[in-house]
Amino acid sequence: MHQIPYLVKPLWELRFQYMQEFPAVLWEARLWQIVLLSLEVSLSAVGVASLAGLPLGAALAVARFPGRQVIVVLLNALMGLPPVVVGLAIYLLLSRAGPLGDLGLLFTPGAMVVAQTVLILPIIAALSRQAVEDAWHEYEEQLRSLGAHGLPAALTVLWDIRFSLFTVVLAGLGRASAEVGAVIIVGGNIDGVTRVMTTAIALETSKGDLPLALGLGLVLISVVIVLNAAAFLVRDAAQRRYG
Amino acid sequence: MILPLTLEALAFRDIIKPLSLEIGAGPSTIILGANGAGKSVFMRLMHGLLQPTAGSISWREMDRSRVRRLQAMVFQHPVMLRRSAIDNVVYALAIAGVPRPEREGIAIAALEEVGLKHLAKRPARVLSGGEQQRLALARAWALHPEVLFLDEPTASLDPTATREIEAVIQAFDAAGTKVVMATHNLGQARRLGDEVIYLQQGRVLERSPVERFFSQPASAEAAAFIKGELPWV
Repeated sequence: MHQIPYLVKPLWELRFQYMQEFPAVLWEARLWQIVLLSLEVSLSAVGVASLAGLPLGAALAVARFPGRQVIVVLLNALMGLPPVVVGLAIYLLLSRAGPLGDLGLLFTPGAMVVAQTVLILPIIAALSRQAVEDAWHEYEEQLRSLGAHGLPAALTVLWDIRFSLFTVVLAGLGRASAEVGAVIIVGGNIDGVTRVMTTAIALETSKGDLPLALGLGLVLISVVIVLNAAAFLVRDAAQRRYG
Repeated sequence: MILPLTLEALAFRDIIKPLSLEIGAGPSTIILGANGAGKSVFMRLMHGLLQPTAGSISWREMDRSRVRRLQAMVFQHPVMLRRSAIDNVVYALAIAGVPRPEREGIAIAALEEVGLKHLAKRPARVLSGGEQQRLALARAWALHPEVLFLDEPTASLDPTATREIEAVIQAFDAAGTKVVMATHNLGQARRLGDEVIYLQQGRVLERSPVERFFSQPASAEAAAFIKGELPWV
């Protein structure tokens, strides 16, 4: 505990310097370009990962086959994939000599979307698997009685608990927008091309441009809060409407 | 015709002891018994939601999909999808393979039958318990089943809602659907039943026309149940 004053005191003294410089940063076009690209990349990744991961999780929730538990455990474990490892794997795939090198995706925003999609697909699939499986206990008899089974039944349940899935998607978005390891490896943090908020913060911090780094950090947190608040409001209104 | 339903030495773990009986078309059948007698499991075995651990279940019709399609079940707690009342009925019709253009008309007619037409656009999950159960009946009505299984459909409803539900069940009977209902409510058994199958601890102790069951029960256990005494266990 005794080291806390040594950490807090310099920050406290520095705050005047940042408070003077920080508002000016907000008017810089390059900052908003970075914010926009971050949103584009992370939201695209969340979109693709949701499109694939939600039905995958639902199917895994209702399917019964040998080895299913092994897959469930592996999927849950993949939620903790280290971003730098994913970045490295995608880098090797997309590099000139790699199997997908001909696509020419490396060091483009496209590569960053691919990397983040791989990173959050297990999160969305594993969490939706759990959500659908919990709901399945309630729906199973009724749906089987009506004659629905297999994938159509799984998709019916998935659609019926759609408001609960907001949280699942938000968990994916949180992971995508916060990670730096994957996008910095496959994107390269190229100014004006592949620089996003997290990679910019890492760079500006190491360069010593702390006001810009701090500004980006605050913008990043604000964006995440706004997206979560919007999702909460939509979910809340929908739940009151549909019960 | 998928009926009669023939059960031979049917058993499920130790919940249903081996029993053989036939359920034919015509008068409605009440499965009567105390809580824990095995009524719900028995209904689920007949409906095909549970597989028997011994014995066999056979319908006259061999085609399994036709057997599936021509029976419906209403549960004690209906599960409604998060969509409008009418869309819940339309969903059941879609699963049953009814062509898209016909679905809405059939669904509206079914809602009208149970007195819910004015609530067609209302989200199903915000309806009251009685309304949800009537919606479950509308969902079954739309399918024109040959057999309707009901598992204590009014067990958690007030008297008014119960009366409304019973009226719809009588309409099913009048329309020629075979009604098979589990209940522990003696008054309801009298009102809706033509014959009673009395179940206790997984055994069929008695099967007789409803009048005779209540006036001259054949078994002491059934007599005690009718008198409202706890069966001696």
